Amino acid sequence: MLMRRIIPCFDVDRGRVVKGISFVELRDAGDPVELAKFYDAEGADELVFLDITASSDDRATVYDMVAATADQVFIPFTVGGGIRAVTDMKIMLELGADKVSINTSAIQTPDLINEGAYRFGSQCIVVAIDARRVPGQAGKWEVFTHGGRNPTGLDAVEWAREATARGAGELLVTSMDTDGHLKGYDNVLLRAMSDAVTVPVVASGGAGGPEHMAEALTEGHADAVLAASIFHFGTYSIRQVKEYLANAGIPVRLEAAQPV
Amino acid sequence: MVIDYGAGNLRSVARAIAHVHEAPNVTADPADIAAAGALVLPGVGAAADTMANLRSRGLVTPILDYIAAGRPFLGVCMGLQALLEWSEEGGEECLGVLPGKVRKFSPEGRKVPHMGWNTVEWVRDHPFIEGVPSGSAFYFVHSFYPEVSDPGLALGLTEYGVEFASVVARDNVVATQFHPEKSGDHGLLLYRNFVRWALAGGGVAQVAAAAGRAS
Repeated sequence: MLMRRIIPCFDVDRGRVVKGISFVELRDAGDPVELAKFYDAEGADELVFLDITASSDDRATVYDMVAATADQVFIPFTVGGGIRAVTDMKIMLELGADKVSINTSAIQTPDLINEGAYRFGSQCIVVAIDARRVPGQAGKWEVFTHGGRNPTGLDAVEWAREATARGAGELLVTSMDTDGHLKGYDNVLLRAMSDAVTVPVVASGGAGGPEHMAEALTEGHADAVLAASIFHFGTYSIRQVKEYLANAGIPVRLEAAQPV
Repeated sequence: MVIDYGAGNLRSVARAIAHVHEAPNVTADPADIAAAGALVLPGVGAAADTMANLRSRGLVTPILDYIAAGRPFLGVCMGLQALLEWSEEGGEECLGVLPGKVRKFSPEGRKVPHMGWNTVEWVRDHPFIEGVPSGSAFYFVHSFYPEVSDPGLALGLTEYGVEFASVVARDNVVATQFHPEKSGDHGLLLYRNFVRWALAGGGVAQVAAAAGRAS
């Protein structure tokens, strides 16, 4: 049976994890590789690194991080942030990332989706969509770019359809309304997005506990759930979340293997 | 030795083997294949590209000769599909090492590609799966699946709308539809098992035994 995926997300600045985990003794809680190994051992199904490095002069730091992660972590991982051209995708994938995630650049240059899917396959092209409810219009969400700062006028569900028609293999959907509030995902948005496309949808924005993840996976029709702070602050471990979901009848990968 | 024909997961496969054994020789040179102690065919993407790349690089005959000689061989993802006779993806003729066809998933209420961790049930025993419990989950990413015409080929079965052989094995050949290099410790264990099996003469003895039975 296909499992629902639980995906911790890290913000990375100049090759270092910021807002890193704060609850376990790690030699270096800012080291992406050490964190990745920790979450792999905890049972994470996939990892997402969001590169927030401001200066393009510092891009080499994220390249080193991707290569080091790929050398030591044997679960899939996605890299997003700063990917503006097919050459950026190529570099990340060749360094060992399994997928690249594009957001603002996909809106600015939608052909980037087509070109990436053609060159590398849809399976490694993730389109991230930041969406906000349109006030007074139920069932309408607008797409924002630049980390949620710039409105685009695009309808989120329409953009989801277009992105997948262009070749996106997965959508990472963040609700700007629920993000950061720890009160649950926007399950109405997730359901509208997931039902509009035939590719997997990863839910993001608002997880405060495993019950919210269960809702996103059932009511929201999401295929995977992403979260940052509840894992990084140790509110819940991946295993606790998975046990909760398993008890709720949601298929998750629980088995633990001996390290090889 | 890992065959380099431009497959997207080439480096991940090489890294996994390096992790459990030692860094493999990664080669695009057909002449190297005959000398390999064990051969791995990685792969991700489209069947037509895979076969076109193998053909244009002159790798088809060396791979077929290697397999026919009874030497240990592992195919991964597209590296499994390439072993079958024909793929619905572009109507592409494949290597024809194993009897079967590659079919497209019919979407009916399911997301395609089949992406994520899915369970694999072992249907028999094999050195490749030693220490990995039946029902373990592995990471899949694919839109086409293997439909083997000899049910005896299946070593592991997976269900995604249809039940298919997610691991096949015959004599000196094993192949997985999923990506062991992205399946955590159970995936690494499969690579370690493959290396050990290959070092122990992987499948060669079984081929000899089969020949003995036939004679």
